[in-house]
Amino acid sequence: MRAPSSRSSRSWRSSRVYFLMTIPALVLFFVFHTYPALEGIFYSFTNWPGYGDFQFVGLKNYLNLLKDGRAWDSYLFTFKFAIISTLLVNLLSMLAAVLLNERIKLKRLLRAVYFLPNVLSILIIGFIFNYIFTYLLPALGERLGITALATNILGNPALAWVGVVFVAVWQASAFNTLLYLAGLQAIPDDLYEAASIDGAGRWQRFARITFPLIAPFFTINMVLAMKNFLMVFDHIMALTGGGPGRATESISLLIYRGGFQGGEFAYQSANAVIYFLVILVVSFLQIKFLQKREVSL
Amino acid sequence: MARKTNWAATVLLVLGSLVILFPLYLTVTIAFKDPREMARSIISLPRTLRWENFAQAIQMTSFFRSFGNSFLITAAAVGLTLLTNSMVAYAIARNMHKRFFRFLYYYFISALFIPFPIIMLPIVKETSAMGIDNQIGLIFLYVVYGLAFNIFVYVGYLKTIPTSLEEAAIIDGCGVWKLFWKIVFPLMAPINATVGTLTTLWVWNDFMLPLIILNKPEAMTLPLVQFVFQSQFSTNYNLAFASYLMAMAPVLVVYVLAQKWIISGLMRGALKS
Repeated sequence: MRAPSSRSSRSWRSSRVYFLMTIPALVLFFVFHTYPALEGIFYSFTNWPGYGDFQFVGLKNYLNLLKDGRAWDSYLFTFKFAIISTLLVNLLSMLAAVLLNERIKLKRLLRAVYFLPNVLSILIIGFIFNYIFTYLLPALGERLGITALATNILGNPALAWVGVVFVAVWQASAFNTLLYLAGLQAIPDDLYEAASIDGAGRWQRFARITFPLIAPFFTINMVLAMKNFLMVFDHIMALTGGGPGRATESISLLIYRGGFQGGEFAYQSANAVIYFLVILVVSFLQIKFLQKREVSL
Repeated sequence: MARKTNWAATVLLVLGSLVILFPLYLTVTIAFKDPREMARSIISLPRTLRWENFAQAIQMTSFFRSFGNSFLITAAAVGLTLLTNSMVAYAIARNMHKRFFRFLYYYFISALFIPFPIIMLPIVKETSAMGIDNQIGLIFLYVVYGLAFNIFVYVGYLKTIPTSLEEAAIIDGCGVWKLFWKIVFPLMAPINATVGTLTTLWVWNDFMLPLIILNKPEAMTLPLVQFVFQSQFSTNYNLAFASYLMAMAPVLVVYVLAQKWIISGLMRGALKS
């Protein structure tokens, strides 16, 4: 009779240890993550400017956001940027991963080079490309007589977004290449050998074997890349500061600017809540849509 | 069946790598030039190496102070992340059959879907009210915000470790606390390498949190300093690039020395998620 009771007291003691291991993390996470998030939602129903008193205003902030041209512009820009960048990143990094997985010379070196952008600061890369777009490309364009290049694209409201996309793709392709390569390396070689014995061409092998087998990675990459690009901030701070005018003002930048510098704490909190819902819906739809394709392949 | 070298792929990849390396080449060469040489040609190699650019940039941006801040914040955040997040994940992974721990798992992971801007404004108010709008507060935030993703990765890994060893240790009278630190934590070395690499890159390069949390120049990190000094650099790109190069150099050096481990660590993370 003694053995079971001592075991249960020991398991009681060990379950107390498990609790003690998690409680501090739970408290800290609540204090620094959940509480501020709830606070943001709370203030979104007030008119608090970030200091002094406030009153409840109900849904007024949300209704005003629907009529706010600046907010609409930032959503349009952010989505245009995120969709184009996501597609380009996935296209380029899948291509790079397939090539890197081939039997090539300098494999180690080339891999190291292709992953390099992933370890660099987006802000600093942005400053470097800012210089390239502002001085180097126009100088090159003049010398070669290409008028399209002769002006700084970051100074052109219609083209500045192209520069932001370029830098984002340059930097983000590295990590996605790595994810795809991890997927490709999990495919056994004999599948390809069997296929080439059956006379399958290079494209057929990609379409019939490679792509279906890395489809789960395709889903993850599309969702992750899209979510990251919807949050774009550093690139814009380094390249355009949201300009020219407000041509490249992303949602994060608008919340940051309006919230900290424009006395719109409550108003931008409402914007952040909408932004949260939008990201949730987009991620959900992507996962649903892409997973359905995965199964049918 | 040995296949031949794919030369077309090799050539394409080499051409592509020029697009990646060119901005870095430009950074190094511009950092060593003076404005007169720049006027002659932007992309040529520098004729003389102007080390003064670096000395001036160091003085202007208080490089060593911000480097120290970045280093301290990164080291502390990574160290604390590895020690605490792995422990929390262990407690969760071994008690998933209990409602409380299952709740914790989903509670932490659901934070992955909450975009930072919704927290951004209140957290600034909170940290300044608590008097931790400094390096210490930043370290705390990185350790706490990392939980969402790290719990996911760690729990996934812990599920693959057989529990028979732990059960044997418990029968021998080993307590949970000792069991974790003596037996399980060492077994988690590969996944700790992954989490450590990802956390290092995130914290070292992060710009947004320091931008909103830190107030005083004494506390600034390397990326934040580059941003703050943009206006002062504007007349002298050689100084600016010397400063950028110094800010990137630590990560570049570590990457060159340890790229094999970094890449395999990141790959493992990729397969886990």
